[in-house]
Order: sequence, then C-alpha cells, then structure tokens
Amino acid sequence: MAGLRRRDLLLGACSVAAHPLFSTMTLAAAPWQPRLVVIILRGAMDGLHVVQPYTDPLLAAYRPTLPIGPDSGMLDLDGRFGMHPRLGRLKPLWDSGELGFVHAVSTPYRDKRSHFDGQDLLEAGTAGDVGIAAQRGGWLNRFLQTVPGTVAETAFAVGSDELRVLAGAAPAMRWSPDVDVDLTPQMQQLLSHVYAPDPLFAAAASEGMALASVIDRKELPDLPGGGKREPLAAFAADRLLGETRIAAYSLTGWDTHKGQKGGLGAALDRLQRSILTLQDGLGAVWGKTAVLAMTEFGRTARENGSGGTDHGTGGAMLLAGGALRGGSVFGEWPGLEEADLYARRDLMPTGDVRAYAAWAMRGLYGIDRAALEGAVFPGLDMGRDPGLVA
Amino acid sequence: MGAVDLLDHAHEAIKADRFMTLFERPIAPETYALVRFGMGFPALGSPPDGRGILTRLAGPDRIGALLPVISFDAVVNAGRSLRAAQRDQRKGVEGSEAALKEWRVWMRTSFVQNFTTDLARIAETDDPFRERLHRFWANHFTARSRRVHLFAAGAGYAEQAIRPHLNRRFAEMLKAAVTHPFMMVYLDQVGSVGPNSPYGKRRGRGLNENLAREVLELHTLGVGAAYTQADVTQFAELLTGLNFSLKSGARFQNNRAEPGAETVLGKVYGGGRPALADIHAVLEDLARHPATAAHICRKLAAHFVADQPDAGLVAAMTGAYRDTDGELGAVYAAMLDHPAAWRGFGAKVKQPLEFMATSLRALGVRSADLQGIRPNRVRKIMMGTLRRMGQQYQAPPGPDGWPDTQAAWVQPHGMAARIAWAMDAAARAPGTMPDPREFVVDALGDAAGSRLVWAAGAAQNRIEGVGLVLASAEFNRR
Repeated sequence: MAGLRRRDLLLGACSVAAHPLFSTMTLAAAPWQPRLVVIILRGAMDGLHVVQPYTDPLLAAYRPTLPIGPDSGMLDLDGRFGMHPRLGRLKPLWDSGELGFVHAVSTPYRDKRSHFDGQDLLEAGTAGDVGIAAQRGGWLNRFLQTVPGTVAETAFAVGSDELRVLAGAAPAMRWSPDVDVDLTPQMQQLLSHVYAPDPLFAAAASEGMALASVIDRKELPDLPGGGKREPLAAFAADRLLGETRIAAYSLTGWDTHKGQKGGLGAALDRLQRSILTLQDGLGAVWGKTAVLAMTEFGRTARENGSGGTDHGTGGAMLLAGGALRGGSVFGEWPGLEEADLYARRDLMPTGDVRAYAAWAMRGLYGIDRAALEGAVFPGLDMGRDPGLVA
Repeated sequence: MGAVDLLDHAHEAIKADRFMTLFERPIAPETYALVRFGMGFPALGSPPDGRGILTRLAGPDRIGALLPVISFDAVVNAGRSLRAAQRDQRKGVEGSEAALKEWRVWMRTSFVQNFTTDLARIAETDDPFRERLHRFWANHFTARSRRVHLFAAGAGYAEQAIRPHLNRRFAEMLKAAVTHPFMMVYLDQVGSVGPNSPYGKRRGRGLNENLAREVLELHTLGVGAAYTQADVTQFAELLTGLNFSLKSGARFQNNRAEPGAETVLGKVYGGGRPALADIHAVLEDLARHPATAAHICRKLAAHFVADQPDAGLVAAMTGAYRDTDGELGAVYAAMLDHPAAWRGFGAKVKQPLEFMATSLRALGVRSADLQGIRPNRVRKIMMGTLRRMGQQYQAPPGPDGWPDTQAAWVQPHGMAARIAWAMDAAARAPGTMPDPREFVVDALGDAAGSRLVWAAGAAQNRIEGVGLVLASAEFNRR
C-alpha cells in the first residue's frame, strides 16, 4: 500500500528522486539475509543478578538481602551460573541454543560511572581517549557505511530516544510507535490533497501514515504464552520481515539503586517479552536473527543500604536468536574475591562488549576483521573468535 | 543600513521570482518579513511592520524582560544546594532526603518553566527576528547538560552568553559563549590542565582538546578551513586556566595554565603571566579571520533563506562582516538588502520547537495560558510531542547542534508527530475556535495555497479545519 502511494507520488513529481525515502523503490533488497537487532539497556543492568555465579558463596555474602541463588527461583544454566527467574520464559531458547550470555564485559569506560557518558561511549563504540561530546555517530552506523548497497530502510532506529548507535552518515529510518495519529479517512484525504504540491511533505507524510498503521500499540495481541507484546519489538519485527536488516532500540529501568528486587524483575520481564515478541513476530526469520542486548556498565558486587546496587564496571550482555550459538555463558570469569574485583568493588571486566559485537557482525555478515577493528570500532583488538555465530 | 526602503526593494526582487512550486504566485514582502525573518502571523495585535525588523532589534529586549528565564546563577545555586543535600543523604543526615527531593523537583520544574517561557516569548513577541536570532545563535554555540546539578541551566546560559550579543560584534558573543561555565562543562574544559602547570605536574594531569577543537571547527573557522592539529593543541594549551566548578564558580586559575607562549594560526599569544586576556586575544583574531566570516555568513544565509543559499547573498553578507569587523547588525542588514533574501519563499522548514511555538502564536495562546498548565502536563504533552517531532528540549545531538536542512526535519516520524500536534493543538486551543476559512488567511496571509484554502473550508468541523492549516506544508515552511 505504502509503496503504491509512493509510486503515485513519484510519477507526479520530478524533484523527489534524491530524497532518501524513495531510494527503496529503485534498489533491490539488502544484499544479505541475516538480521541484527541491538538493544541498548539504559541505566546499567546488574549482570551479577541476571546471570548469577551462584556456586560462589561470596555472591550471597555480598548480597545478603537480595533474592539470589536456587532458593529465589533462579534457573540453573550450566551448573555454575543461574538465570534470574524473570527471564524464565526464555529458558526454552537457552535449551535450544538460541539464548546465551557474555559475562564480565564492559566498554573501555572506567571510573566516573556516569550513565550518560557510559551510554555515549557504548553507542559511539570508541575508546575513552576522545572527548565524549566530540564523538558523533555510532558503531552500528559505521558498520552500515562499510557495506555497499544499503538504503535508508536497511536500518531502523525504533523509539523516540536518541539512539546514537545508529546516528551517522549512512541513512537510516526512524520510527516510534508512540505517535498517535488517529485521523478520519476524510482528514487523510484532505491532508494528502494539501500536501500534493510539495513532494517532500507528501512523501514524508504518506510514509508516516503508512508506518503509523504498521502496529497499533493499544491493540497488539498478547504473546502466545500470554503477556503483553513489546511495541518497539513488534514494530521492529514487522520491518525486519521486509527490507530492514538492522534494528536498534533501547529499554530503560535498569538503574536499581533501591528496591532492586521488584525493579530488576520488571525490567527483565520487559526484556524477555521484547525477545519473545521478536521471536514470534519474525517467525522463520528468527532463525537468521541475532539479538545483542548490552548495557553501559555493571553494578557493584555488594548490595547497598537500600536493597539495591550502585554503579559498577563489569557487567553482562545477552545474546539471542537462531543465528547465534547460544546455550553458553561466554567470557572469562574473573572471580568475586575482593582482590579480583575492579577497584575492590565491581566485577572486573575481562572482555570488551565491542569485541563480541564485532565477532557477531563478522560471523553474520563476513565483515573484514580489519574493517571492524579500524572503521567500525577504531582501535579495537577483537582477540580470538569466541564462536558466537552458529 | 537601508532598512527603511527594505520592503520596496523586496517588492522589486519578488517580481523577478521564478522559484515557485507550492507557492504558485508571488508572495508579498510583508509575508516574507513575518514568516522568513519572523515567527509567522500573530493571532493577536497587528503584525509587526516589516520595515522595523532591524530597528526593533536595536531597541530594548522587551519580551525578554517581560518573560524572564531562570538565570544561570540561580541554577548554579540550586545545583550547590542539591549537591549538599546529596552529601547529607549519604551521611544519613536527618531531613536530607526531603531536601534532596525538593531540589530535584525545583530543577525539573525550572526546566519546564524555561520551556514554556521559550514558547511564550515566541507566541507573544512583536520583535520576532530577535527570537529567530536567539535560536540560531544558541544552536551555533550549542551546549547542554544532562547532569542534575546544571540540568535547568541551558536557558540561563543562552540568556547570558548569547542574547545580549545578538546585535553586536561576533567576537563579543564568541568570547561570552566560549568562556561561559556551561560551555566549559559541556566541552570538557573543566578537565583540561596544562601538563607543565604546577597543578598538572603535581597531579599528573593533562590537556583536553575538546573545547579548542570545537571552537575552530564549529564556532569559528569551520571544518574545511586551514588549521592543523598543532593549532588545536596550542589553542587548548592557551585555554588551560579557564575553569569552573560548582563549588568555586568560574575562575581563571594560574596554577592550571600551561606556562609559556602558544602559537595559533601562526601568531604567538601569551608568554607572560597566563591570563584570560590571552584567550580573549586569540578569540578576537579567530572572529576576524576570513574563514570565520565566510562560515558564519553562509550558515546564517542557509538558516534564513535556503539550504544552498545564493552565492551573491553570502558574498554580500561576508563583505559586510569584513568591513565592520564582524558587526552582526551590518551582516543582517546586508542579508535583508539583498534581492535573494526575498526570493524562493518557503525554501526552509520550521524546526519543531519553532513549529510548536508559531502554532501557539497563530492560535492566540498567551503566556498566562501556558503558565496555567501544570508542569507535569507540559512535560508529558508538550515536551513529549517535541521529542517525538525529533527535537527533545535542550537536548541537541552533539556540539554541532540541531541540523538545519529541510531533509533533516521532513521525515516520516517527525511529520506524523507534527500532524498529531496540529490536531491536538487545534483541539486544545483556548477560547473560541476560529472559523478555519478565516484562520487559513489570518495564519498564513497570501502564503496559503488555493488547495489549502479550499480544504480548510471542506473539513468536517472547525477543529479539523484549523488542524489542517497548522499541519500544512505552507504553515511548516518559511
């Protein structure tokens, strides 16, 4: 429908060809099949509570009041780590090798523990040696720049936050299902009538109306096993079934300084419904999909005085999708002894989240290691292949 | 400055206009003056006289005095109290929890209040060119804070560093903005220390080049200009000493300043006892540089007239800049005197905040109406809408500020959000809903196209008719 309308507009005007919206008309689908979804978990997810090293008695000693370990309903993963119960609906994915984690990872950001700076660095994908405000554009956009033949619709930024990870020179589409435009059919007709002499407005408005009708966040059907679908994931899944290959969005609610028991549970439930929404929405395409969920840093090993945890360093990353080799907790475990902690307080980062993202992109798309270590993540040493991609 | 016969001049230029698509016939110069160089037609009072654009700018800032923003100093004081409350809370001092909450609420409420003040100034002013310039220059010298202590300080920064200098020499604004604490914090100047200064040697601290680089790349010469990494480093060394902290305020600290002279673009600065005067001297020279004149004038022309402005227009402005040592009033006059400024109506698109504010202006919404809305509702409804349109309040994407091209703002998501706002604003407008057949003319004058005039009358009710006018390309363009 949207395509037909755009074609009508194209025939009626001559100066629109340069507009990025129209490039999708003339170019074939993206040159590759795998789908990549990047979820930015804003607020610093507590990796130690999500993927619990429960066999180490220090964990319970550091966190006497937080619900941790087998008694809390935790699901054992490999006899060493256990998964928070509010990710329980993802256990079948773990069992089928479509869910995995990386533990004790971080960006190169250290010490100041500011959410904003940490998120900026996570999305910029650079090391900390450039002024943070000076960093423009994100690593996912630089990745797109290395691939010939991409068009605006190849990549979708979903949601109304900034998503610097997809900002940059390569064109990307942007939509947030939070825009409510309930127009009567008569209004829609009048609008397209008044926009008609202005190709730029006509194209953007008709595309906007078409995207607004992709999902109705108030009318989404429940997930197969019950529970609400996540609108951002539902929208992303719809686009990924079409020409889109890369989608990014963010989820908040991870900054659990107090009341971590309830707060983290709610955030994890949203994350698991987000992944289930993608899985169900993508159908057979789920098998070609990789989801990377990453956060700006982890939280303190010890709980604080208000039933929460404070800003830390090393954290965890979640991997999902049929294109990945799940069923493992990747990464090099540093241990929890005080001397093993970063600054005697945080989980020691032994790996770089950027290296795992880079290996995922190398495995999915065959991108050169040199391009990944030079253009996409300048100065990164990817290290050895962890074998993330199935 | 030729402003008196500006409109006669414009009439001549418009007769020669061949650039018409949406605007299928010549547009009156009065409309250009109000829309291209102003904030559109006001619903209340008579539209400002196009001939008086520069005279009003040279006069007192009446709307600024009538509708003040929360000052930068007030926010710094609140930031200090907030920090003290945080410290008390960590120590478990009784009552600190409540104090902390109170200051957080103050900061949030002040942020919202500054937002409504921005809107109200645009909605009510009879000196709209000043508001346009304020927005342009505040964006040129972009700074933002995401930390709670200075959260509400953005408006106060622009009020102090930008607004008093809109009609002065560019060098004055440059000095005020670059050395302002808010800019120092934003571009990491507060973390920059001369490595050979007493403090730098004692603490093993070094340079942060961020501010120096952005001043050259964004604020003055422009990215393509002939400067080198050595210029950036030397300039950054010259800037050391310039410092701000919440506790001590803004100061020039000799013990952080790199000793010795620095060479920037071939000229030697400093060498004696480090002082703010050396920094002012290099900024004066940067303002005077031909690359700066060309960069600034092109950017102004691209903001007001067209994404790719007429080369003759830019040359005339650049000439005025050079001849007057960067008097901005002379640059604006050169722009307004040039025929190209009165051609190609509607080649630019209003940015979202401007679109929101001009729609309030067209609907006759007053400051008192906006003040009457609870801060939480302003935040949810109006600030949320602005974010969905792609221009979150006081949150530009980087030090290069908001983009300033048509294509950047006319995108599916932003357009859908604009349409949603247009319908919402029409539905919520206070007072009697205007007749859309009159509103289309009152809000757009002769810029309303024949299709829009017809459609406004064809809508099934007044709200939809008014919403249609606000959503139209005619209303969104300038």
